[in-house]
Amino acid sequence: MRAPVATGIAIGVGLVVLLGYFVPLGLLQDVRTFLLGWAVILAAVAGLVGILNLIMVHWRKATATRERDFYSIFLILAFLITSIAGLVLTPSHQQFQQVVNSIQVPVEISLMAVLSITLAYACLRLLQRRKGWMAWLFIISVMVFLVLNSGFFSFLQGVPILGDLVGSLERLPLAGARGILLGVALGSLTAGIRILLGADRPFSG
Amino acid sequence: MSYLDGIIGLVLFGLGMILVFVFALPSQSASQWGLRPMAGIRRLRRAIGLAVEEGKRLHISLGKASVINSTGASALVGLSTLERVAQISVVSDRPPVATSGEGTLAILSQDTLRSAYRSMNTMQQYEPDRGRLTGATPFAYAAGAIPVMRGEQVSANILVGNFGPEVAFLCEAADQQRSFLVAASDSLPAQAVMYAMAEQTLIGEELFSLPAYLQASAVHQASIRAQDVLRWVLVAFLLIGAGLKLVFTILGIPFL
Repeated sequence: MRAPVATGIAIGVGLVVLLGYFVPLGLLQDVRTFLLGWAVILAAVAGLVGILNLIMVHWRKATATRERDFYSIFLILAFLITSIAGLVLTPSHQQFQQVVNSIQVPVEISLMAVLSITLAYACLRLLQRRKGWMAWLFIISVMVFLVLNSGFFSFLQGVPILGDLVGSLERLPLAGARGILLGVALGSLTAGIRILLGADRPFSG
Repeated sequence: MSYLDGIIGLVLFGLGMILVFVFALPSQSASQWGLRPMAGIRRLRRAIGLAVEEGKRLHISLGKASVINSTGASALVGLSTLERVAQISVVSDRPPVATSGEGTLAILSQDTLRSAYRSMNTMQQYEPDRGRLTGATPFAYAAGAIPVMRGEQVSANILVGNFGPEVAFLCEAADQQRSFLVAASDSLPAQAVMYAMAEQTLIGEELFSLPAYLQASAVHQASIRAQDVLRWVLVAFLLIGAGLKLVFTILGIPFL
């Protein structure tokens, strides 16, 4: 077996956390909370290491002799300015937050606007991309449920049979979503079992 | 969580474990129970082969899920897929590149690549920069992954993990580069976007079967069969519950 010690620790910790979740035993739950606390701290440190790695990649791109990426210089400069200002003023400083939000929020809103245009264009190209009845079903469903959930038929709520029919149709996407989520939950369960059996090892040890 | 929820959870987990053990037995794994064909994965295998032949790069985008929250399973599936893809494409001139939107995932992707090359005795191919964090927010992640798709001679993209609607940018970039794209996510909005924009989409639990189809080890195949059996068990419970509720309503008796 590859990396038996790391695999053993992963399986043991995984089992303790799982049992602590299902079994209401004080000691197990304390151990689980303790281990999860460690995991949260490690994840935060990993975030910091990931960002440093991102900066190193862009540093190499900015200083490369061939195909130099000039946008990377802007990223490094922005990172340095934000980091130094954050360290000096602290992230909770009102003016620091104001400056960061004044740059980040408009950029993200612009990206959201581009996203909406991209999605609208994708809908138009869907029938070109996908042939067959499923594409038609997808488009018809999108149109029908957009109209139904817009409240356009809300005046039918009091009508005996039509009101019930519209209500049932409105709940139909919810049923479909639950079906997909049940599948995702089962997939997560079997992925967890594979990790606990040591078949999947997302660590080299 | 109530006491009953805990018992149901444990029973489901125990049943899953037993089923995986049973299906992984040599007598069962050699039986005629094959995996059902999936067009998306068949085309992915072909795209990996073509990328290796042409000396192009494979790009695996792992999403933005943290391994310590409820969407972590999709991240782990992404890492398993990355490992297998790295092993398959080990003879390629250009090793695969992995992008992610979360620090833990970026480190694990580097570790997974190292593990894959070590298992194939080709550690000289390992470059830590091939597993990258491209952005810490969803949009920054997408914006950072697009230059990788455009500028690193990528011929096939695999998006596997937790994404939001911003995955549309990645799908559009792949389309503009005319590179192959297979996309799978555990998030419903991302699945809708992927269905509309990606060349091949895996829906729902198909995401979790991706490593099994690429890896084809006994435990992986057994877990897919266990998943199928558990799905039928759930379907049976849902139908029985709905039937009982109907009967109880007709008889005028309160149900649960």
